Amino acid sequence: MSVEYKTTYASIDNYNKGGVQMVSGNVKDYVFSNIYEVASKYAPYERVVVAKNLVYTIESCKAEGESPWYTCSHDEFAIAFDYDVEVHYIKMDDTSFIDDEKDGSFRLDDKPAGQYMGKITLNRGHQALLPEKTAYSFKAAKPATLVFQAILGDESNEKWSEICLT
Amino acid sequence: MTNLNVAVSNEQTGYQNFSAGSFTFRRDEYFAYVDYPDGEYVMPIDDFLKALMRDIAWGFFYGTVNFDSVFGTINHYGNVDLFIGTQNEEYVNNGKDFMENFPSEELMEIFKAILSDWTIEGFDPFAAPQETGTAWGPKNGNNDEAISRTRQVAQRMIGMPGDTEIRSDETGYTVNRHFKDVDQSNPVVEAEPGFEDQIHGFNLWAHLSRSDVTWNPSIVSICKQSLLCPTTEEYILPVEHGNDRVEWFIQCSDEIVWEIKDGKSSKPRASLIMRAGDVACMPADIRHQGFSPKRSMLIVWENGSPEIMEKIKNGTVPRVGVEF
Repeated sequence: MSVEYKTTYASIDNYNKGGVQMVSGNVKDYVFSNIYEVASKYAPYERVVVAKNLVYTIESCKAEGESPWYTCSHDEFAIAFDYDVEVHYIKMDDTSFIDDEKDGSFRLDDKPAGQYMGKITLNRGHQALLPEKTAYSFKAAKPATLVFQAILGDESNEKWSEICLT
Repeated sequence: MTNLNVAVSNEQTGYQNFSAGSFTFRRDEYFAYVDYPDGEYVMPIDDFLKALMRDIAWGFFYGTVNFDSVFGTINHYGNVDLFIGTQNEEYVNNGKDFMENFPSEELMEIFKAILSDWTIEGFDPFAAPQETGTAWGPKNGNNDEAISRTRQVAQRMIGMPGDTEIRSDETGYTVNRHFKDVDQSNPVVEAEPGFEDQIHGFNLWAHLSRSDVTWNPSIVSICKQSLLCPTTEEYILPVEHGNDRVEWFIQCSDEIVWEIKDGKSSKPRASLIMRAGDVACMPADIRHQGFSPKRSMLIVWENGSPEIMEKIKNGTVPRVGVEF
């Protein structure tokens, strides 16, 4: 018999979180959360750390409307986990204010002066490079989930006791 | 003294025997036999070859690769322990465990020779059970093409100029039967003139839908020492991976059940049911084995920092991902 397999995804407005059946030990050891639940709980573009290993992070946020402009001394990456998100890029005229030793993204006061590089429109499962020392911002017509491969920085928020199974 | 070793007729089956220090490896039509000074250990040949495939592909991986609850390897990064019962409470408590240390390159060469000789034509130890033939029967050719696949490793990000290629029909990666419904469209990249090579995106889910192996992460993007290692999983992880550091999982589609046992004793600790969007961390003192009822997409998130190695060596590596 031929079977048509259905791949099951989730979204910020429709997720089915799993869980942990404990035999012994502490459920907190597994730092168990859900990126859609995290994105749905917090303000647009508030990045919440869902995984951390030394200084490195995976962060989840809700994309909705237009974000501030950000930059970073190193590459980061963003993955759209459900709905459309635009990423806009600017090659800044001045990058001298970026400290090479400072990890993590940080917010710019305003849209920076520079040359518009273009945009990428991401849909479910699409990954984009956020190049080092480039300004970027996001735009989403409706709430969507963005996941970042990043490093702990000014924009990273740790809320473990709020997001994890206890 | 009674000889308890099973008689294996290489003349009849056509397979070779192999030795590594005090260990001898033999196979017949259905089983692998691991002989060591205190006895003999037997495993189904398909389970043995699937585990051996991962141990080779992962370069002995991080920590312990338990082929099952008794036999396996422990990576010391430059040298490796080959053991019987060392990670099994009953063997240890009764003094029945045995372990021998090898330079990694030496044992790897022997493992590759075993895998090459014992994998017959039509059997692919990297594949899901429904996508391959069986490992059973007498020697019948080989499948060196299948077992010599190497994992794709991005230098910066998959698909960038000069970097590892995105999987496609043209590069020989067709969409897997379980992922026929995965959207294959690419992100819309509208680069201004002169910036075509500087902004980049690709369809990670489509890339994963074309993976031709199971339980074998590749690397798609690198943020300093942070390695995003997505993989597709189906049926059972062929080993119980014993962690020597924490390991994060992000479930992207479908679901996986993870059976968690104590790293040393193998006593059960927990079951994790991970569905799309779930994030969990494997503690550094456990062993885990995944069960994926349908082919699913999983991101294994690794940290390649030398600092982790130092912490393992000096015993300060964190046991859990986050304390809160």
